[in-house]
Amino acid sequence: MTVNGAAVGAEVADRTLLVHFLRDVAGLTATNVGCDTTSCGACTVLLDGQSVKSCTVLAAQADGHEVTTLEGLADGDGEMHPVQRAFHAEHGLQCGFCTPGMVMATVSLLAENPSPTEEQVRTGLEGNLCRCTGYHNIVRAVLAAAGEGQASR
Amino acid sequence: MIPAPFTYQRASSVDEALDLAARGGDDAKFLAGGHSLLPLMKLRLAVPEVLIDIGRLRELSYVREENGHIAVGALTSHHDLSRDRLVGSELPLLAHAAGQVGDPQIRHRGTIGGSLAHSDPAADLPAVMLVLDATLVARGPSGSREIAAGDFFQGLFETSLEPGELLTEIRIPRPAQAGWSFQKFTKRAIDWAIVGAAVQGDQVALVNMGSTPLRASAVERALAGGAAPADAAAQAAEGTSPPEDINADRSYREHLARVLVGRGLAEARSRG
Amino acid sequence: MSILGTRVVRTEDPRLLTAGGTYVDDLRVPELTGAARVTFVRSPVGHARITGIDTSAALAAPGVVAVLTSKDMDDLPPPPPPPEGGPNEAAPMPLGGPWSEPLLAVDRVRFVGEPVAMVLTDDSYQGEDAAELVSVDYQPLPAVVGIDSALAGQTLLFPGTESNVAVTAAKPGEGGGFEACDVVVERTIENQRLAPVPLEGRAAAARWADGKLTYWVSTQNAQISRFILAGALGLAPPSIRVITPDVGGGFGAKVGIDRDAILVAWAARRTGRPLRWVETRSENLVGMTHGRAQRHTVKIGGTRDGRILAYRLDIVQDTGAYPRMTGFLAFLTSLMAAGPYDIGFVETAARTVVTNTTPISAYRGAGRPEATAAIERAVDLFAAEIGMDPAELRRKNLVPSDRFPFSSPCGAVYDSGDYVSALDKVLAGAGYAELRAEQARRRERGDVVQLGIGVSSYVEITAADAAAGETARLVVHSDGTATVYTGSSAHGQGHHTAWAMLVQSDLGIPMAKVTVIHGDTDAVPEGVGTYASRSLQLGGVAVHNAALEVKDQARRLAADMMEASEADLELDADSGLWQVRGDPGTARTWAQVAGHAGHDGLQAAVQFSEGQPTFPFGSHVAVAEVDTETGKVTLVRHVTVDDAGTVVSPLLAEGQRHGGIAQGVAQALLEEMVYDADGNPLTGTLADYAAITATELPSFELLDSETPTTINPLGVKGIGEAGTIGATPALQNAVIDAVSHLGVRHIDMPATPARVWAAIREARDSQ
Repeated sequence: MTVNGAAVGAEVADRTLLVHFLRDVAGLTATNVGCDTTSCGACTVLLDGQSVKSCTVLAAQADGHEVTTLEGLADGDGEMHPVQRAFHAEHGLQCGFCTPGMVMATVSLLAENPSPTEEQVRTGLEGNLCRCTGYHNIVRAVLAAAGEGQASR
Repeated sequence: MIPAPFTYQRASSVDEALDLAARGGDDAKFLAGGHSLLPLMKLRLAVPEVLIDIGRLRELSYVREENGHIAVGALTSHHDLSRDRLVGSELPLLAHAAGQVGDPQIRHRGTIGGSLAHSDPAADLPAVMLVLDATLVARGPSGSREIAAGDFFQGLFETSLEPGELLTEIRIPRPAQAGWSFQKFTKRAIDWAIVGAAVQGDQVALVNMGSTPLRASAVERALAGGAAPADAAAQAAEGTSPPEDINADRSYREHLARVLVGRGLAEARSRG
Repeated sequence: MSILGTRVVRTEDPRLLTAGGTYVDDLRVPELTGAARVTFVRSPVGHARITGIDTSAALAAPGVVAVLTSKDMDDLPPPPPPPEGGPNEAAPMPLGGPWSEPLLAVDRVRFVGEPVAMVLTDDSYQGEDAAELVSVDYQPLPAVVGIDSALAGQTLLFPGTESNVAVTAAKPGEGGGFEACDVVVERTIENQRLAPVPLEGRAAAARWADGKLTYWVSTQNAQISRFILAGALGLAPPSIRVITPDVGGGFGAKVGIDRDAILVAWAARRTGRPLRWVETRSENLVGMTHGRAQRHTVKIGGTRDGRILAYRLDIVQDTGAYPRMTGFLAFLTSLMAAGPYDIGFVETAARTVVTNTTPISAYRGAGRPEATAAIERAVDLFAAEIGMDPAELRRKNLVPSDRFPFSSPCGAVYDSGDYVSALDKVLAGAGYAELRAEQARRRERGDVVQLGIGVSSYVEITAADAAAGETARLVVHSDGTATVYTGSSAHGQGHHTAWAMLVQSDLGIPMAKVTVIHGDTDAVPEGVGTYASRSLQLGGVAVHNAALEVKDQARRLAADMMEASEADLELDADSGLWQVRGDPGTARTWAQVAGHAGHDGLQAAVQFSEGQPTFPFGSHVAVAEVDTETGKVTLVRHVTVDDAGTVVSPLLAEGQRHGGIAQGVAQALLEEMVYDADGNPLTGTLADYAAITATELPSFELLDSETPTTINPLGVKGIGEAGTIGATPALQNAVIDAVSHLGVRHIDMPATPARVWAAIREARDSQ
């Protein structure tokens, strides 16, 4: 599969979850495991541009497809993606454990709905748990990133 | 957290999928989006020995107008269903319900066929299929057959699919009455419905009021007999056997069914 | 212009946002190359004797390095004797003695999730497979679940004890009691069991080499963890290095280390193989300590015109299967029982009981949310009884602002506060009068969706262990950069940013040149860590004091360099330059001054204790809608005043308030750890435990208030837990308020739809 634009291949056990393939084979440890019931969203990555919970996708299912993780968001010069910048500016993270999944879910949300209302942001992030921030500043970050996206049009 | 070991096989055509299933027998299961099956496997509540990945059968992902009904490929994702223009205009109930399944990430992967074949009475789409009088098309070693939604859901996680049969298409007739409503009652937005009511015109189906989705027949009979919606809704719990769990006991579910059906009928009428 | 009090974004973020944090499971250090994975075998039953463990099948499984049980634990020192003079209710330490908790279960299990065996494998997938093959014979015993069962004592959890009551305490009131009260209201209230659910569960890694243990752990206290390991393993502390990598949340449940984490270190020594352990979420929900779980019987009395004269709080703390905190949580609840009110007679009594459930320890607030929830319910019950507006009743009874420092009848001395102002401010901010008018309109119309307005006033104790203080060492290097070695241990709180702000403010060294180091016992051998909302007022002040000492040293050095007298020198805190007053040509940089320092360089090490805790306070207003046909509650608005003294970083303070409010709302609205009568958890996964999401919460409305303390030179108090403490009762009161016109007087938390509907129906049926 292609991960953050680079080809990654390996022979793995059939039951290997995509999240473990990313962490242990591709060596990309930003994506975290936070639960075992597809509830928390910490493992969210983009699969062909759409947010998915990589703990509930087999690596084999992603074979031949494109995966984007947090590490692949910044551009070639290391410039942060607008969503990363917005989370920084709005204090949208504290311990950081939910953050990679939250950011990727946000990227997907804004790709599908570039000008969400606050309610749409909250519903759009229903699959991502955060225990530290109370979501308040995460919502501000998503709206700020959306605004920036609008402004740059 | 990790499924028990299994053998992964990948089908590149429906015929190949059927062939692999025939050879796998009872130990084999189809893997579509995987968001009904993999969570069970990760908790080791399901331990199939063979998984047949049908996720690449893109020819099974479509929405088409055909001969007076809407044909939906079994591999169409909830996300695609919720956004599809045809579904939105002809079957808004389905579009809306598909947009409520789980969360955005789950909707990107989960498929209508996977959800229906899984047959969880707490799921949203089975009740929608029931109320829309859908026909499910299954292909097996001996060919295709059509199964009415009312005959499809047999019990908790049980359908009338034979071993080795694959759902390929769902055919939904254009509803006779336009008004619709989907009343999904949860504690949190991402939860399974404690109780749900799917309404299309004067037809009503219930989520999580039994071991399968159920038509609220007593309500429908009352409406057909001229009863006002509020009076008809009072019969919503007739013939149901709701589960008891930490979210609700039997009497609360019965009460919710009455309230949700009442609200659903009122909303459907305001739309129709 | 000082940077303090201004909005500064975090220095921690760029790394976390681009590469992601490095949590225990992300460590790729050479010492852990080839580390085996630890998978625990845990009890699936709540109470049983272990009559046999067969590891043979597991030992034969692929990738298995070792399978360990208590039989292998022959290399450990005996447990410490129980404390002389009986349990110290005010000490958050395990009770020990007949209530002792083993590391691996020996012949008995007392809660679902208790560790019974360890399987070490090459990878985690094999670990799950092999753990399933360990065969344990359990002979079930009757399970004790719930406070009533514990008190009835038909089954005792611990042989050699007389009941399931592990600790008893009482503080009598002084004066007349309830005799002078025209009105007395009594009620039993449940403060339900919660799971902390940090997004990162428990995790640890260990390597034993050349007689030294290197230990990485997701903890809030590296130094305390080292101390615990030394005692448990019979090692001298210098032979242990504890390293805290990034920690994905703690909330009090990662204070120190627990038995599972100790076992990882032990097994690394036992097998000589480096090890890594990362628990799953299902393990976390039963294996990590739970919070709250108190039953309160409140009795409140006063005059008919709204003067509260007497309050009694009886507490029963369910502490789970092992009393890890002795009576400490109930002690804190008793200490803060009177809340922000001036009540003449306050009496508390507490019993801590054991049950066959997950052990209880600190969870955001640790005893104080319970105290506040109890009295805030009692105040509302009293208000309802006398027909007075609950905000008005509070105003009449809050400690007036001219009474500080205020000695509460429970033994706490509240340093500073302006409780009435906080209440007035939040009521104004919420638009209280208009909310009551809207409520009246909906009641008049008989709307299905009713409006509830809930008020809470609170005071809470931060740095309860102030005497233990906190450490800071500040070094200014000869290149002009600085390093802060702090004893605090942030796990999301942003100390690296805040401590750098303090250095910049005091010394003019820009934040970008300040590095903060924490959590490594080699770099910071002495320190306490982060809990109890203590770090700013102790750790931050320590950094500030160290900076002032460095400034004094630098003045002497600069004077020497410039051949001037110290009195003529000044530091321009904006430019970071030392110069003779009025003579910029003499300016010296920090780099130059540090370069002039002697052998030890330019540094200061400080251990600061302010000597006493501080008492932040506030008021919350929650606005809730209740669908009276279904019982569903929606939080519409949540307005707060949380006053924690001087605000050093408004950004960080707001973030702590937001997070605290969300967890407080979660208790009132949604979350509960539920067990069946056999001790089986019914909410053992995140699909069943209703952790709150963004969809159930609105954006919060935070109002500013700063009433400094005189207890420390920065005037700061702690903010980390205050939001939680104030939020829970505000929402609980709002829910009940929404349906009080239907005859509902009380609804226990969480206000699930089923519970609210049952309360409405019961009130309706009894009319």
